[in-house]
Amino acid sequence: MSNTQSGTAAATATTGGTVAGRSASLAGDAWRELRRKPSFIAGLLLLLLVGSMAAFPSLWTSREANEQCNARMAKTGPESLNPFSGSEHPFGFDVSGCDYWAQMVHGARAPIVIGITVTLVALLLSVLLGSLSGYYGGWLDMLISRITDIAFGLPFILGALVVLTAFPEHDIWAIVLVLSAMMWTTMTRLMRGQVIAAKDQDYVHAAKMLGASDLRVIFRHILPNAIAPVFIYATLNIALAISAASVLDFLGVGLDYPSLSWGVQLADAQAEFLEHPYLMVYPAIFLSLTLLSFLMLGDAVRDAFDPKLR
Amino acid sequence: MWRYTVRRILQMIPVLIGTTFIIYAMVFALPGDPIQALAGSKPLPQSVINALHERYNLDDPLVVQYAKYMANAFQGDFGETFYGQSVTSALESRWPVTLKLALVAWVFELVAGVTLGVWAGLRRGKFTDRVILGGTTLIIAVPTFVVAYSAQLLLGVKWDIFPVAGTQEGWVSYILPGIVLGSFSLAFVARLVRTSIAENLRADYMRTARAKGLPKHRVVVRHLLRNSLIPVVTYLGVDLGSLMSGALVVEAVFNMPGIGQGIFQAVQTKQGTLVVGVTTILVLIYLFANLIVDLLYGVLDPRIRYE
Amino acid sequence: MTELTDVSKTGAAGAHHPLLEVEDLHVEFRMQGSTVRAVNGLSYTLEKGQTVAILGESGSGKSVSAQAVMGILDTPPAHVTGGSVRFQGQELLTLPERERRAMCGNRIAMIFQDALSALNPVHSVGIQIAEMFRVHRKASRAEAKAKAIELMDRVRIPSAAARFGDYPHQFSGGMRQRIMIAMALALEPDIIIADEPTTALDVTVQNQIMKLLAKLQEEMEMGLILITHDLGVVADVADKIVVMYAGSVVEQADVEELYARPGHPYTEGLLASVPTLASKGQRLVPITGQPPNLAAIPSGCAFHPRCKRATDRCPVEVPALREPAPGHLSACHYAEEVLGD
Repeated sequence: MSNTQSGTAAATATTGGTVAGRSASLAGDAWRELRRKPSFIAGLLLLLLVGSMAAFPSLWTSREANEQCNARMAKTGPESLNPFSGSEHPFGFDVSGCDYWAQMVHGARAPIVIGITVTLVALLLSVLLGSLSGYYGGWLDMLISRITDIAFGLPFILGALVVLTAFPEHDIWAIVLVLSAMMWTTMTRLMRGQVIAAKDQDYVHAAKMLGASDLRVIFRHILPNAIAPVFIYATLNIALAISAASVLDFLGVGLDYPSLSWGVQLADAQAEFLEHPYLMVYPAIFLSLTLLSFLMLGDAVRDAFDPKLR
Repeated sequence: MWRYTVRRILQMIPVLIGTTFIIYAMVFALPGDPIQALAGSKPLPQSVINALHERYNLDDPLVVQYAKYMANAFQGDFGETFYGQSVTSALESRWPVTLKLALVAWVFELVAGVTLGVWAGLRRGKFTDRVILGGTTLIIAVPTFVVAYSAQLLLGVKWDIFPVAGTQEGWVSYILPGIVLGSFSLAFVARLVRTSIAENLRADYMRTARAKGLPKHRVVVRHLLRNSLIPVVTYLGVDLGSLMSGALVVEAVFNMPGIGQGIFQAVQTKQGTLVVGVTTILVLIYLFANLIVDLLYGVLDPRIRYE
Repeated sequence: MTELTDVSKTGAAGAHHPLLEVEDLHVEFRMQGSTVRAVNGLSYTLEKGQTVAILGESGSGKSVSAQAVMGILDTPPAHVTGGSVRFQGQELLTLPERERRAMCGNRIAMIFQDALSALNPVHSVGIQIAEMFRVHRKASRAEAKAKAIELMDRVRIPSAAARFGDYPHQFSGGMRQRIMIAMALALEPDIIIADEPTTALDVTVQNQIMKLLAKLQEEMEMGLILITHDLGVVADVADKIVVMYAGSVVEQADVEELYARPGHPYTEGLLASVPTLASKGQRLVPITGQPPNLAAIPSGCAFHPRCKRATDRCPVEVPALREPAPGHLSACHYAEEVLGD
């Protein structure tokens, strides 16, 4: 008896080892491929830049958010379009007379935190629901699939609009909650499809025959081979979540004052757009560059992991 | 085929009920008494309040309210706004605006997206491909309302090529907003087509087509495109619905009296029936677009079997 | 290399042009920074009604050479870097794109290995056959359909007319390959190139397909280039065999000669690894080692790491393709010894 068990364990360990080894070498190949891609390097550098603004704004500006503002200076544009002209206020002042550069730096945290948190929550949900649904099938799959359909069928902006109007407090976490509730569906469907495809592979049958538990089969054998496309989609999802959050800000149901974000700054700038376009241009550039960096990373990673199209 | 269609329609029912109930619950959970909000600061006599509560079933439990509402909705009565106007007629003038807008956007994303995608896919790895790929990434990265304002400022105000806002000039006023609305999806369509073309270019049947001595354009059109565009149909079909519900931002920037603006105002004035009514219609459009796409898929790809 | 031409059939050299002459063909794959030489100096001739078999393992360059002759290489990454392909004396490699295309399907046609992926999944098989008449012969829709049904009948597809509108996935593997054959034969080409036409099929079906192909070839007096890794398929139908290894020709001879007296250790190994009636009861001897990686072809004779006869000379010196016996070519330093055994 004990002999059989140890034999099973050894065999499972071997299969597990092979799978891990293969994915490790695939990841290694992908990494070598990535290092040579200029778009990947550029995306990474941009992200580092914006990420450091979000994490350590004091590295970039000595002013705190919404501080040292002077209403008399409101809507005063920059003295020079060259941000390196050495001016004390290279981006001018915002609608309340705060230094626009400082506000810009402090505006980085909310979108980045929202984008990453929403995606992490959605990733967790989709891995959980997608694996359960795909692996067990039957009524559980039916139930999860219908719930996914419902969430997917809700008109995105409309849903968020109603929910956010219902809840008066609009801090970062309210936005995260609403966007997570709307954005887990695509990844769940993706995950489910991947798990269904993976669970019919011979190595999964082999692991099951050797007596591996469902949990072990899912975590050791199915997930490592099924999750790559979901991860790749997740990088795109970060960009989409940040973008969606900015739309909510724009519609006036996003973050409330005194929270700062590029979306809020863009929303504040709309009314002034014709007279003071710089108010919109700066946050638009920051927001777009951030989205761009995630998109470029996502593209590069996808190309590297998809040997079919290499 | 018929069995499949019937089954799909049956599957739609829980989805429709789920989505509308969520919206219904949310809308009627909006803080503040809608009746009081309607009246403003002026106090209403209790009898009027009671009458209104009665009329909108506001005293029933939420589920009952919802059931009563949906029962009416399926007879074509989406309820009345608190102003006594029926939901259908309150938005009557708004539907065509959004529909036209979405249609222009859809045609634009279809034509331009497929063209760019095919072009990039055929020249994969070359300069054209990189430019198109970079361009689409940029389009996705810049938020729609920034694109909308920039387009309005440059093409409308500064260069005066398109009307700045409104819908007074007929179809012409829909061109710029439509392009802006469609630009985001255009980027996705172009990328989808590009990948699909690049994959199919390597298919064995493409080699066969060349071995048959077919002229180049025939190889591309009859064999490559026909196969490559199948996955795009799904995206395009479902997107028509998304464009309608996503038109909100563009309608706001270009000041177009469409559904999006109507909903926005309805949410803010807490006109629950209006919001739920519109949501129901939008979800129905989305569901039927989905069904049509799935059925079309089987026509385009003979390998698909409906079980 | 003119001595390659089979003198008995050519008669007096001069005015006569063989149906197809391939001379010193070179094909390279160029990928980011690296170049792989897939075909390295292939020569053979094909006469009317004759069957030449090109034999080799996967990666030997046999399929690539066929696509080069056909002019359907994926360029890039594949490039024809040298040599000559002459159809009835006319050079094909320098022919303008349009004229080359007009030859395809019309004078030279091709049959592919995996009919399921080689046929377009979204068009009915009938339409795909009829397309040949529509494009090359400008036939009307009805005419093309009638001819396509006639062809489907000829390759023995049961109730051809009823199956005109069926899609590739609705046919069995053997029936699909018949469709491929019908498509290739549609315009009665002078040459058929069959690239592993039976590899994807069951053994019993393989036989039927090969017989059908041979019969139709005889009826239409076509030249057939049969590309295969299967010696069993070759023996029955081929007149002449070209053996390729790692992109180069290692041996070439008439079929009986080659079977009776292989002139290269590789061919010898191949023959020893195939069961025959004569070898019944004897142990089959597989060739040891792996087929060569084209990106890292061994030095000297490419076969030397797997060769039982290899000496110190083999890794150093590239053996030339010589004629150790009349009409029998071999690229082995010790061809005479091999022939003698």
